[in-house]
Amino acid sequence: MTVQLLAYIGVMAGVTYLVRMLPFVIFRKKIKSRFVKDFLYYVPYAVLGAMTIPAVLYSTGSIISAAAGLLAAVLLAFKDKGLLAVAAAACIAAFAVEMIMKYCI
Amino acid sequence: MQSDKLGFKEGLTDGIPIGLGYLSVSFSFGIAAVSQGLPWLTATIISMTNLTSAGQVAGLSIIAAAGTLLEMALAQLIINMRYALMSLSLSQKLDSSFTAPHRFLAAFGITDEIFAVASGKPKEVTPKYMYGLILLPFLCWSAGTLLGGIAGSILPETLCSALGIAIYGMFIAIFVPPARKSMGVLVTVAISAGMSCCLRYIPLFSHVSSGFSIIICTLAAAAAGATFFPRKEADAQ
Repeated sequence: MTVQLLAYIGVMAGVTYLVRMLPFVIFRKKIKSRFVKDFLYYVPYAVLGAMTIPAVLYSTGSIISAAAGLLAAVLLAFKDKGLLAVAAAACIAAFAVEMIMKYCI
Repeated sequence: MQSDKLGFKEGLTDGIPIGLGYLSVSFSFGIAAVSQGLPWLTATIISMTNLTSAGQVAGLSIIAAAGTLLEMALAQLIINMRYALMSLSLSQKLDSSFTAPHRFLAAFGITDEIFAVASGKPKEVTPKYMYGLILLPFLCWSAGTLLGGIAGSILPETLCSALGIAIYGMFIAIFVPPARKSMGVLVTVAISAGMSCCLRYIPLFSHVSSGFSIIICTLAAAAAGATFFPRKEADAQ
């Protein structure tokens, strides 16, 4: 590896680590503000919503198989199934639809 | 007492679906890196030291275009700024055994998915749980990149692409059950998802990167949730 490449990787890794580490290490006290507490409570759900919709529709070979996977995942999640079960159902549904589209249509 | 706390094994189990999802993503990162002219070893080192998808992909294009180090730093800062929000959020539910050395170490492994699973836990998070949770995703992320870089293509394409939805299935399993029970969570997710669609499909916003889009949607939706659906005193413990 060249020095230049090492410098790129060093900067990449360094900045990414600092962004993760500083808030994690600095905030040692429990936050008192109601608004900030509620805001932070909603952050994960907001992140997940933004990351999942609409990206999930482009996560497989076609929007149709992705929609099938999404439907399967929502149905199982609605029934309070666990992470692995829901993820597996989404993969199986998407794979099944891709197979059907490939060989039956 | 001890058995009430989240342990290494539970973390390891929770990390399985994340690791599976990471395999296919990092595999395609490995392919992309090699196709941009990076050696497979370099691609693997990037994955082992960064452990993030969007930032690494952006980093690849900056390296390929021989961009400046300042550009690299700014791009990583903006794309990965969401991790600062997540670290801040997660720092609020750490067990008292989470001392400074543990924080320095575990902070490295905070990704979208690991954060989501850890913060979805009803109990306070211990260092052992975090290390268990991070281990498989880290190994899968590194190994996937290595395999992708060396082999180019091992799995049949259909199988590979079907695995791509695994991560999203997991996300859905995390936010659907609480959204059914809490109007605040439902509205927050809806606002965030709606804004995310706007940023993606409205041509005016086409220059907004995916990392920055997540920041904007998160800030706006979580602020709306906290403003219009403040939790009752008893729930906010």
